[in-house]
Amino acid sequence: MGKFVQLVVDGLSTGSIYGAIALAIVLVNQATGLINFAQGGMAVLSAYVAWELTTHGVPLVLAIIASVVFALLLGAVVERWLIRRFEGGEPDTAVVVTIGLLTLLTGLCGWLWTYNNKQFPSLFPLGTVSVGGVSISIRSIGTTLVIVVAMVLLQVLFVGTKLGLALRAVAINPESAAFSGLRVGRLLMVGWGLAAGLGAVAGALVAPQLTLTPGMLDGPLVYALAAVILGGLSSPVGVVVAAWIIGVLENLAAVYVSFIGFDLKVAVPFVLIFVVLLVRPQGLFGRKTVVRV
Amino acid sequence: MTLLELEGVTASYGPVQVLDGVSLSVPDGGAVGILGANGAGKTTTLRAISGTVRAGGRIVFDGKDIRGLRPDRVAALGIAHVPEGRGTLGDLTVRDNLRVGAYLRKDRKGVEHDIEYCLDLFPNLRERIRSNASALSGGEQQMLAVGRAIMSKPRLVLLDEASLGLAPSTARTVYDAIHRLRVESGIAMVVVEQNANLAFTLVDSATVLETGRSVLTGTSAELKGMDEIRRAYLGG
Repeated sequence: MGKFVQLVVDGLSTGSIYGAIALAIVLVNQATGLINFAQGGMAVLSAYVAWELTTHGVPLVLAIIASVVFALLLGAVVERWLIRRFEGGEPDTAVVVTIGLLTLLTGLCGWLWTYNNKQFPSLFPLGTVSVGGVSISIRSIGTTLVIVVAMVLLQVLFVGTKLGLALRAVAINPESAAFSGLRVGRLLMVGWGLAAGLGAVAGALVAPQLTLTPGMLDGPLVYALAAVILGGLSSPVGVVVAAWIIGVLENLAAVYVSFIGFDLKVAVPFVLIFVVLLVRPQGLFGRKTVVRV
Repeated sequence: MTLLELEGVTASYGPVQVLDGVSLSVPDGGAVGILGANGAGKTTTLRAISGTVRAGGRIVFDGKDIRGLRPDRVAALGIAHVPEGRGTLGDLTVRDNLRVGAYLRKDRKGVEHDIEYCLDLFPNLRERIRSNASALSGGEQQMLAVGRAIMSKPRLVLLDEASLGLAPSTARTVYDAIHRLRVESGIAMVVVEQNANLAFTLVDSATVLETGRSVLTGTSAELKGMDEIRRAYLGG
């Protein structure tokens, strides 16, 4: 029983990381209608910024905050000076541009900081707490809580604020939004900035566990995309729940289903995607888009 | 006083010249129609005004040259464009669409009051206030598009083919409501409409476009009296 609870909590924790990146992807998609494959790459670059600051004696919390601010600006700059050129054209072109950007950012990190693993200090202490006789790592709990808070804030932003309403309006129909006086370009920059900031939080949370390398988030990005498909592109809560399901199932399957084991656990989310796409293509929590002519 | 003045306005899509000298004058509180066959440049004229198409010539609104301004700037000056195809925000509810329309306004109470006014003007929308715009019928979407435009408290509304794709009785309902809006609010309008009979219920004067050029301008009464206008636009 103790082992089971531990596996679930650890699954929630890794699922939270996938969830954070998935949230960033949803945010960009809600604001611009695009899937940004460079989301992980931007988060890794931000994590390197935090790491660099800590090596110069900046306290970890301050370094992470600074890296989040850096990410906000990075996201806005990428939107304004790169993605803007491809908006209004084929969406596929812009998506390919983000894949190119991922490659570029990975190369840039490798060039500046080498491909060697860097130890990234943990925000949470390494110990465990005992809950009902089961010991659970503090890091797992902390990571999960941070992501829950981020998810709630995002939901409040989109549903409860004027800025969120404006971001959604611009995503649905930029021209119509402009007819109501919305500054489309400015809002797109805000959307990309917020997403990159969220990605930076995820990067700082996962870096101690994975150790910092330029390709650190390539794996989690794939799981995050799985969570996005599973949860539905239109639902911030949905993608986080989906990410948790992926994280927990992956852990449980590896231990309790003998023919899967640790070698095949990678396949678990993809089997899930396959089934969901067959049965419920809009995702578990997504809304079906109805087009009326 | 003239609110909007177009003089020798030109525009092209790539190498194709669509507007080749459009002139138009809208008095404050007045309503002017634009008539013309398909491809004459009616929609492009509206797009030139709202800044969604690059234009030449002179476009003066309230004494200010607005040619070349970004669409959101034009909107902020008090021009609301109800585009062809309605441009409602499908994934947002009716109420949120109206709130987006009022995005630039800071007077919360005034916005709530005007949402009530829209629902009063278009009672169909009241029942659908929580529905997504994409779930509305064509007529309801058109009502919502007009409602969203007036939520910004504009001085001028550009209305593009508000009857397109609607059953005649629905089109009639929409135009009746717009007429009531005009009388009650005094908002000036530029009205593009295939159905000239409907247009003449709303406008005081109109200009006729042929291949991107203004060829004839007159009051509604004058135009309705002309044989060629009757034959071309009024069905006999």
